[in-house]
Amino acid sequence: MSAIDRPAAFPVNWPARFAWIGLALYTAYATSILNLTWARFLTGLDNGAKFLGRMFPPNMAADKLDLIAVGMVESIQIAVLATFFGVLLSMPLGLAGARNLAPGWLSWSARGLIAVFRSFHPVIVSILFVKAVGFGALAGILALIVSSMGFVSKLFAEVVEEMNPKQVEAVRATGASFWNVLIMAVMPQVMARFVGLSVYQLDSNLRNSTMVGIVGGGGIGAPLFTAYQRFDYDVVLTILLLIIALIMLTELVSGRIRRIFQ
Amino acid sequence: MKAARTRRWQRFSTAERISRGLLYVLTAVAVVWSIKAIDVIPEFLYDAPEQTADLFKRMWPFDWAFYPKAIHAALIETFHIATLGTILAIVLALPLSFLAARNFTSNPLLNFIAQFIFVSSRSVNSLIWALLFVAIFGPGALSGMLSIAFRSIGFVGKLFGEALEEAQRGPIEALTAVGAPRSMLLAKGYWPQVEPAFWSIALLRWDINIRESAVLGLVGAGGIGVALDAALNNLYWDQVGLILAVIFTVVILTEIITSSIRARII
Repeated sequence: MSAIDRPAAFPVNWPARFAWIGLALYTAYATSILNLTWARFLTGLDNGAKFLGRMFPPNMAADKLDLIAVGMVESIQIAVLATFFGVLLSMPLGLAGARNLAPGWLSWSARGLIAVFRSFHPVIVSILFVKAVGFGALAGILALIVSSMGFVSKLFAEVVEEMNPKQVEAVRATGASFWNVLIMAVMPQVMARFVGLSVYQLDSNLRNSTMVGIVGGGGIGAPLFTAYQRFDYDVVLTILLLIIALIMLTELVSGRIRRIFQ
Repeated sequence: MKAARTRRWQRFSTAERISRGLLYVLTAVAVVWSIKAIDVIPEFLYDAPEQTADLFKRMWPFDWAFYPKAIHAALIETFHIATLGTILAIVLALPLSFLAARNFTSNPLLNFIAQFIFVSSRSVNSLIWALLFVAIFGPGALSGMLSIAFRSIGFVGKLFGEALEEAQRGPIEALTAVGAPRSMLLAKGYWPQVEPAFWSIALLRWDINIRESAVLGLVGAGGIGVALDAALNNLYWDQVGLILAVIFTVVILTEIITSSIRARII
């Protein structure tokens, strides 16, 4: 009547356990490297209380609100234009990057271009555009067009690669030209996903358009940064609350739009 | 019979066509309105090609000596900021995502609170989070790490919450039926179902965070951005060019690493 030697119900996964231990060790090591001490955090919390005290209540003075409204509207315009042109340019770039449609040399060069666009943060791109076209909304728009193209055309190329090849073959078998194949076989399959990506990009451009102003690219970021540098933290809070409200609203709207196009 | 033969087939219903048409009109109106409102200063635009050419001319050749002097340490710091920020974000976001998942928490108020935290976290850009944390904790890596973490909470929490909601009831009901405690329900009921989603979300966010942590230094939150900001302010474009090239290399490497890890464990 000895105990039956049976395997454990949940055997220990040693590789996974080592990976977790390694992660914990890394965390401890990196924390010490970056000099993140508890004492520093606590003094920070003290500062934070003061900071929050100066933030509340949000500044609702009429002249500030006017200034903020101008910046907000400009941010929205930047986002609209950047999304429109970015998405428009992403369509050919995405099609060129799809390996099942484009010849090898074209898809590789398109993919290289997309990788360059994707790897730079919009803020870095807007710094370069501020140098090229001067301060103002145009620099922000151009920077966000570049980042929109990076995101939308990469995912669009993937969508095109995943499409059903049978419809393409069927249309091609009727002797259709390349453009006819594109319009009758490819686009109907991928259009809904493309619209979904574009709407998502509008969301993310709105978010980023609040930030390009910090480096001179126009929009609400400029008044936000000015208020921050002048220690007008109550104005900063007003702007932040408005940004959050705007993003929540657009997320609702974009959800609706996506449903219409599904 | 005749009516059936003359029936017209249409891809979209009338309501669909009207709503789509309205959206097209709305898009056109929004674009025209924005174009009219954006003022472009023509004087700046005329010399844009010249300025761009000048920019690249000043960048090349790179100031290679600058790499060991300032960039390397900053690069390592950027990497730590991004990684620690991602870890902290996951630690903070996991409990919240359980609150947000409607099949795990059935209290609508708690669901809403968690969702609200996620939306606020996502709406505020990492650079703006960095401004706030620099004001609180002072310039340095701590502020950078916290801003990465706070920006990522919403992303990780929202996606992981959705993955939890898609988990199947079967294994969880089976565990409940044998009287498993709630901790076992989590470890053996939910975790195996959402593990692939968890790793893909974590890797995706880490990839994004490497990119984002490179600019945090512009507002003083540590990392390679500090070096970039200094080079920009001093108009040392050969250093700027080198930093941009380094960022590009690191981002591409990260992407290769994450996609190979993803292919192996998911």
